[in-house]
Amino acid sequence: MKPGYGEVLIAEGDLDVDAQEREMVQAFRAQLDQGMWAAVPVDSANGRREAEIVRSFEEIPRDAERVIFFPQASGGC
Amino acid sequence: MIFALLVTAVVISALAWEIGRPSAKEWYRGRKQQRRPEATYDHDPGRERRAEQRARELLKSCVNQEEWEMYCELGLIRVWGSDQSRSRGRIEMGRAGDERDAPAPYAYLIYPHKPVVAYVPQTGQLISEYCVEFPDESRPFGSARLPESDDVLAKWMALTGDERRLVASANMHLPGRQVDTKQVARDLVRLGQWERARIQRRHGSKVWSQ
Repeated sequence: MKPGYGEVLIAEGDLDVDAQEREMVQAFRAQLDQGMWAAVPVDSANGRREAEIVRSFEEIPRDAERVIFFPQASGGC
Repeated sequence: MIFALLVTAVVISALAWEIGRPSAKEWYRGRKQQRRPEATYDHDPGRERRAEQRARELLKSCVNQEEWEMYCELGLIRVWGSDQSRSRGRIEMGRAGDERDAPAPYAYLIYPHKPVVAYVPQTGQLISEYCVEFPDESRPFGSARLPESDDVLAKWMALTGDERRLVASANMHLPGRQVDTKQVARDLVRLGQWERARIQRRHGSKVWSQ
């Protein structure tokens, strides 16, 4: 998510391909180092949609289609 | 005599210089700024519209159909409090004695670029406002503000993914500080009507309610 732009593709690849997985791990860490939060939209056990906040690459479900990065929350108003 | 006049002229010149120096500095600074254009970004409505369109597509792909329709038609998304997140309230589904039949103790209303409002679904009583932002300090186009639908999605993900962290990050206020309580009350009425109409459409039958 980017102000003035919306959704931006950061990286994509196949986790079964080592080189692509490494690239995605680097991209993931770079985003977290920039202070972004990462979330994976999932179907919950009760059939509802919800997000799963992930703090490390290992926490990402293997079958996740995507990870969404967004700026971390801060108190406003 | 001439010496005295010269001294007087020097003193007057010195005083005039002292008085005029700040304005001269300002004038010089103004000239300098005029010469060196700042890195400003013109507001581009087309870019903002495209960004919002992309953000809407992303939001639609993340939330469920009900929440998406809620956002499109009412301009808000309701998220149930996580303590009983499986509870959907009596109005929707669930048999007697079923865990899902228990009403949710509280819920949130997510508005774009407004505080998240917590309320009691059973009574409509407002609990608090959580003022929270997701500023992108890299300011890619001069603004740290996400498109509206991205702001809603960020709140939705943070609330459904880690409600406590979001609440801890937010500034909490009593209801009515930023969001008009009358407006929220109207939104809750609209939400109730919208839900009843939606159930009616889905089941093709009348829903009796008091």
